[in-house]
Amino acid sequence: MILIVDMNYRKDSLGIYEFVLPIASIVKNFEEYTIKHYSELSQADIDKCTRVILSGNALRNKQSLTRTEDFTWIRKCEKPFLGICSGMQTIGIVFGSSLKRCLEIGMQRIITVKENPLFSSSFEAYELHSYSIQPSKELDVLAESESCVQAVKHKKKDMYGVLFHPEVRNREIVERFAVLPT
Amino acid sequence: MRLAALFSGGKDSTLALLKTMEKEEVVCLISIVSKNKESYMFHTPNIGITRLQAKAIGLPLVQKLTEGAKEKELKDLKQAIRGAEERFNIEGVVTGAVESVYQAERIQKICHQLNLWCFNPLWKKDQQELLEEIISKGFKVIISGVFAYPLDKLWLGKKIDSELIGKLLALREEYGINPSGEGDEIETTVLDAPLFKKRVEILDFAIQCHGNSGVFQIRKARLTEK
Repeated sequence: MILIVDMNYRKDSLGIYEFVLPIASIVKNFEEYTIKHYSELSQADIDKCTRVILSGNALRNKQSLTRTEDFTWIRKCEKPFLGICSGMQTIGIVFGSSLKRCLEIGMQRIITVKENPLFSSSFEAYELHSYSIQPSKELDVLAESESCVQAVKHKKKDMYGVLFHPEVRNREIVERFAVLPT
Repeated sequence: MRLAALFSGGKDSTLALLKTMEKEEVVCLISIVSKNKESYMFHTPNIGITRLQAKAIGLPLVQKLTEGAKEKELKDLKQAIRGAEERFNIEGVVTGAVESVYQAERIQKICHQLNLWCFNPLWKKDQQELLEEIISKGFKVIISGVFAYPLDKLWLGKKIDSELIGKLLALREEYGINPSGEGDEIETTVLDAPLFKKRVEILDFAIQCHGNSGVFQIRKARLTEK
């Protein structure tokens, strides 16, 4: 069971169509999934899933970035983990990174700087964010754009963050994540 | 959240509006009327009847005319959204974008500049599912424009139902047609939907078609009781 964490401004919001269901439409081909808003996650939800995906959210939504107390569980999570956009920003914050102002809307060229199982070389990706992160020592940088860090991995966990939206363009990145060994 | 919905009167913007009304408050509709038939953003054959559709829905309509030059029309859109903000105190905008990164990017940028939320409730929705949803929800939608081989005048004015979806899916297999018209192969006009308090009745129309490019132009229509 894949746990998709809804990072929108409230449970069952208008943002679920745009930022959560497109992810679900990809992973449903690999495994059952469940969707939970970040504000209502229980330890049981986390324990019973095989892997976790944190969704992105709307450009004006900064709420999830200020609710750090709702994400302390990420530190202890040892399951394959993918944070998309605000999901990557949240991973960054949990592991001591700082946010860095970086506005990108639309297609951008991404350059892979470290080998990894999700993507390689250079590709175009869809962006919708106001911030990237200045990664802490616990995170490796996997990819960059001209302006900022675009993907990170925790040094000791199968925990990935991508700032771009692979569910919009580059769906294969989500597919590869969905089959990472657990 | 008080939202304005970009509204062309076609199936996508109407379904996006319906989904939005289920979760947030929509306070007005915005229609951009482009003089340019090749407009990247706003070309819709029956944009003229959005005023009637807005009346059927019961929402005020902010309408803005644009010459349709590629980037100038974006300035006109921004002006229309700003006008909606001033008149209706909106906090955000909803679009019917499904696949077009070109459209989504430009509207996201305008909303960002105006400090407004931007939502795309049909974003990345499977085209077959989208067509099936409009039928299951009781939309009455006709094809009002065809712009790709092998579509022709025989498709114009046809109601979208299960049989027609089947034909569109067959064309996808054979010719690569996007069944929901995401490649601008077809345009649609909504005559009735769950959010319509009255339905649109067509009184007069004209079909103009040359080969695989044509429109079903509604010349005269009125609202009637459902």
